[in-house]
Amino acid sequence: MKKLTSVKDLEIVGRECASEQLKKPKTITVCSETGCLTCGSSKLADAFESEIERQGLSGTVSLRRSACLGFCERGPVSIILPQKICYLQARPEDVPEIVQKTLGGNEIVERLVYKDTQTGVRLACVDDIPFYKHQMRLLLANNAVIDAANIADYFAIGGYSALGKVLAGIGKDEVIEMIKGSKLRGRGGGGFPVGIKWQTTKDAPGEPKYVIVNGDEGDPGAFMDRSFLEGNPHGVLEGLIIGGYAIGANEGFFYIRQEYPVALENVQLAIEQARKCGLLGKDILGSGFDFDVKIHRGAGAFVSGESSALMNAIEGNVGEPRPKYIHTSEKGIWDKPSCLNNVETWANVPLIINNGVEWFKGIGTEASTGTKVFSLVGKVNNTGLVEVPMGIPLREIIFSIGGGVPKGKKFKAVQTGGPSGGVLPESLLDLPVDFDELKKAGSMMGSGGMIVMDEDTCMVDTARYYIEFLAHESCGKCIPCREGLRQMLNILNDITSGRGKEGDIELLEELSETLQEASLCALGQSAPNPVMSTIRHFRDEYEAHIREKRCPARVCKELITYEIDEEKCKGCGLCMKNCPAGAVEQIDKKQFKINQTKCIKCGACFTACPEKFSAVVKKSGKPQEQAVAA
Amino acid sequence: MNYSASEEEAGLPDKIALERDVAARLKGFDNHRRNLIPILQDIQDHFLYLAPEAILMVAEHIGIGASEVYGVATFYNQFRFHPPGRHPIKVCLGTACHVRGGDIILENFERKLGISDGETTTDREFSIERVACVGCCALAPVAVVDENIQGHMAPSKVEGIVLGYKIERDRIDRERENEPGEPA
Repeated sequence: MKKLTSVKDLEIVGRECASEQLKKPKTITVCSETGCLTCGSSKLADAFESEIERQGLSGTVSLRRSACLGFCERGPVSIILPQKICYLQARPEDVPEIVQKTLGGNEIVERLVYKDTQTGVRLACVDDIPFYKHQMRLLLANNAVIDAANIADYFAIGGYSALGKVLAGIGKDEVIEMIKGSKLRGRGGGGFPVGIKWQTTKDAPGEPKYVIVNGDEGDPGAFMDRSFLEGNPHGVLEGLIIGGYAIGANEGFFYIRQEYPVALENVQLAIEQARKCGLLGKDILGSGFDFDVKIHRGAGAFVSGESSALMNAIEGNVGEPRPKYIHTSEKGIWDKPSCLNNVETWANVPLIINNGVEWFKGIGTEASTGTKVFSLVGKVNNTGLVEVPMGIPLREIIFSIGGGVPKGKKFKAVQTGGPSGGVLPESLLDLPVDFDELKKAGSMMGSGGMIVMDEDTCMVDTARYYIEFLAHESCGKCIPCREGLRQMLNILNDITSGRGKEGDIELLEELSETLQEASLCALGQSAPNPVMSTIRHFRDEYEAHIREKRCPARVCKELITYEIDEEKCKGCGLCMKNCPAGAVEQIDKKQFKINQTKCIKCGACFTACPEKFSAVVKKSGKPQEQAVAA
Repeated sequence: MNYSASEEEAGLPDKIALERDVAARLKGFDNHRRNLIPILQDIQDHFLYLAPEAILMVAEHIGIGASEVYGVATFYNQFRFHPPGRHPIKVCLGTACHVRGGDIILENFERKLGISDGETTTDREFSIERVACVGCCALAPVAVVDENIQGHMAPSKVEGIVLGYKIERDRIDRERENEPGEPA
């Protein structure tokens, strides 16, 4: 790719790349994201490559290893364009048939397309599959047509044209006005108005200024930012360059956690390509604007996702937050004005510039505009990456898109906002998903993790899980967070192991209030949310643990018992074979029994027992026959 | 932790070689403070852990105290101060994995290998580490063995993975025994 020296060059190259793609009328896109790679998408793509060659279709069919196609549950996902035929879980041995029928001809390989779980109807087109049909894919729209390693793909869909427009004549103030007008709010969790942040940084005294991409996606259960960075790094980079131009920064940072090696690699590649094309460096597109970026590999600390802590980390220090009365937009990295936004926030910027403020405001709700990407995971049929307009009810995301809870289990709650968020019970499923509504209900938007829980998930254990995570990740700088979380964890450990006592719930509530009031940064202030929201909506579960010493969801080990149902047991002995503790004893030829004093409650017998027998049962409550003879 | 295997046995570089290698790597970075974390990452990428000698050299290079380098390094989860096993096993305990039984997977690995989270087996073959989230939540529960992500983990898969490495190791041992030149 040659160096582009003017906006006109950019337009020409965009047209060239687009017409180049049209030379091959058909494309097979194979998702090559971490999730699908795990399911063998790399071998699948290799098989397509050689088979296309072998069947002599190289002239008419192109192969693309693309960004995340979303439907991770059924990976590897492949889509054939322009017909938009979606094949799920195809194996290399299916490839010759697909190439011959669908790429060579126009036939569909029925057995590999989506089958509706309820009606049994086969749906071949992406747009018909319920998982996709109910989404509004704007940011993720281009994933099927982009190979992250190939900047030409991004040019072909009009990539960097927003940057071109900005540099060709939209003034710096006008860009900021547009972002303000769009009412775009920060996608990292807090939902702070982005335009105001940009304005503050621009107006703050001090040079140089910095712009930063926060890719320290630390929330367990969330992988939206990983997908953006892996799949469409140029989209994020374009937003960042526009931001740098508007704010008056000549240097930017990508802060990416080291747990995401593919994201690091792809962003690095995107930066190099952009530099070669003259989209980074001196005098970008002949506009006189200089801008370049560096990558900082996050070394693994949840608290470093907090803006001031992240800046400390970039400086080479311990990633602890700073007091909040100093705004990072005024005094950030090396005390210079620094504008930090989440990955998804930056990715929205080119969309707003290209499509206009009114268009963007028309999506979503009055106060929360645009779309939001969620990683829909946990006990839900269609796990994956989903993009929906703000304001959509939770029920639609979980049931229409997610396909509900697997195995006919009952829905219990959905957790949003990661460790800083809360759980929302069934009664709140019609809640519209936007920043303010979620906050009112005791949770928060967060960066977009959405974890579905069914009747087998224990709410006390969930709260304990988050507090354990946060207690470990607390940097220890302020006492309420450091000590408060430790005490909360002690209490929750007691409750889940059967040592809970009256007054524990009240004590948890009191500690929670202290943390909310007195912690230094958002980590501590929002840390009690998982506890507060579970107490608020599932107090009865806490009480069952404390008073009756049982775990209604049968999760907390100390409060459950495994038994073998004599009637159902067929004497296959798999439980005994799998028991690591030698707790399963053979009574007679066809009868097995669990010795409760030896049982370590690992659940190996429960998983080993064939489903058709289901003789090993898990009961709520401590073992009744504690005094089984040893 | 287990350190019964000698360092030579585990194939670790001797101190002089290590110091020479670290010195060569430090040449790639100027002494600006912002390079501290990238330097530590570079050293760990190469040597798999931060040896005490390496920490001292980094401190000298940047011009700060070794205690400060330790302060930064121990703050972040990434940095290790002991060598990991040849096949590091990371068990994800992110929320999605937790909900789908990630702790059972961790327990199974621990039991199978006879070590706990954060430890290395005496023969330095395996080490176990729990991680917060590897971002493959759709495939939960997940474990990462050698850099390969293993989705939809189950106790039986734990057995299979460990057994797979054992068979591989036995095969290599056998081949070594049968090497030409040795009396049959």
